[in-house]
Amino acid sequence: MDLNYISGILTLAGINLMAVLGLSLLTGFTGMFSFGHAGFMAIGGYTSAMMTVKFGLPFIPALLIGGLAASLVSSVIGRLTLKLKGDYFCIATLGFGEAIRLIFDNVQYFGGARGWPGIPHYTNIFNVIILNIIAIVILANLVRSKHGRNMIAVREEELASQIVGINVFKHKLISLMISAAYAGVAGGLMAHYMTFLAPKMFSLVKSTELTIIVIFGGLGSISGSVLGALVLTSLPEILRAFADWRLVIYGLSVVIIMITRPSGLMGGYEFTPSSMKKLITRIKNRNKDLPNQMEGGKTV
Amino acid sequence: MNILELKNLTKTFGGLTAVGNVDFEVPKDSISGLIGPNGAGKTTIFNLITGVYKVTGGKIIFKGQDITNMEPYKIAESGITRTFQNIRLFKKLTVYENVLTACHANANYNLLESVLRTPKCRKQEKELKEKADNLLEIMGLHDRKDMIANNLPYGLQRRLEIARALALNPELLLLDEPAAGMNPDETVQLMALIADIREKFNLTVLIIDHHMDLIMGICEKIMVLNFGCKLAEGTPQEIQNNPKVIEAYLGVEG
Repeated sequence: MDLNYISGILTLAGINLMAVLGLSLLTGFTGMFSFGHAGFMAIGGYTSAMMTVKFGLPFIPALLIGGLAASLVSSVIGRLTLKLKGDYFCIATLGFGEAIRLIFDNVQYFGGARGWPGIPHYTNIFNVIILNIIAIVILANLVRSKHGRNMIAVREEELASQIVGINVFKHKLISLMISAAYAGVAGGLMAHYMTFLAPKMFSLVKSTELTIIVIFGGLGSISGSVLGALVLTSLPEILRAFADWRLVIYGLSVVIIMITRPSGLMGGYEFTPSSMKKLITRIKNRNKDLPNQMEGGKTV
Repeated sequence: MNILELKNLTKTFGGLTAVGNVDFEVPKDSISGLIGPNGAGKTTIFNLITGVYKVTGGKIIFKGQDITNMEPYKIAESGITRTFQNIRLFKKLTVYENVLTACHANANYNLLESVLRTPKCRKQEKELKEKADNLLEIMGLHDRKDMIANNLPYGLQRRLEIARALALNPELLLLDEPAAGMNPDETVQLMALIADIREKFNLTVLIIDHHMDLIMGICEKIMVLNFGCKLAEGTPQEIQNNPKVIEAYLGVEG
């Protein structure tokens, strides 16, 4: 296989991963499902492309401005919809995502539905990997701080969270804003990788793809999200040889994972040095226990 | 000195008056009880005090401050916390994580500091962990700290809920039927525990329960509710001899 081809797939997986990490905070750690994250990607993508193309800004500041724009929009949306419970919030985000897509369809400044070609090609495998590592470190630090624990508490039991003094609304809003910022940066990366933007790249299918990856990897696990994004983005490419059947296999593999491991690939566990140590000692202990059990059997 | 005062407290759900014109004072450092038949409005009063329900009329004064209709998390910050009749733990988290989460108010590092993991953040995190360990030790849950909360035996789940409440450094602890589903032995243990934590944490405690031996044995002051209204108030002795209370619980003769 061509090295360029592989690095291309990895870059795409990395772009998806950035958005998935954000969604993982919102869905996996705060317990709110969103079907509008493609909307935040679109806002980030168009904003950062505008920064590089129309204002001639360097790549990284443009990306950050894209993320910031998505985050600001999310704070407005959040204030309006976060009082909604469960499914209702989910439907509100679905409406939001579609609304954003339709708005970009009609804004001629960005080329409307025809799309916007000629965006400079800045995204490559190196900056994608570096940005993702930074994103993972930020997320991991956040999740194991008191702010992250409060978000997890909100996911587990809202009323009890309030009773222990957690401002539920504030933590949901923070989670949504950080999550949207990640999606915005991912949108910017995508714009500068494809060198082309069209509203239909940010349809409902994109939002559901992100949600599927988060659930597939395991809710409440950062390593699960990483694994999910890598597997599910590269799977359709690896299966290209099967031509027509590849999407069927993709769908089947998602269904099979969901049936055999309903809590996702990682199922809430993390892939850290300390968790690996625990796993190894557990395996060792299991081997030690086995002979003991057999001896016990003999005496009886 | 009263730590909590309910003044003319009223809550209606549509046409139904769940709590009507209730006046009650909880003296500081006391253990007080709230009893009454099912549906008398006891838990509703707890929900009003902690801000879970909005008050229809009247006032709630805590430490001389009006806390009527404040957001639940603000009321918790001001020093009131509670347990629930149907236990509400963070079920899928471990015992340790349950308590550690509730300790959050003891640290004040902000979002940016947590992302950068500054020395201040690390230091405060360490303090939080020490506090959580300490609390679990006191409540006798330390040997089960890595268990998932939902897998704990029922009695220990209630204990964990109290431990989680104590993590907030409350001044007033509301216990909603802490002895529900416990046998007499466990109830005696619970009484000792409640008396013990009051001493250790300088608490005022308000208890709802149906176990009369618990209420009569531990409370210094009792209020009886019936159909949302105050029926009687006084020491355990006075309550036991009050004809109105006997009537509400046992009915009238002939």
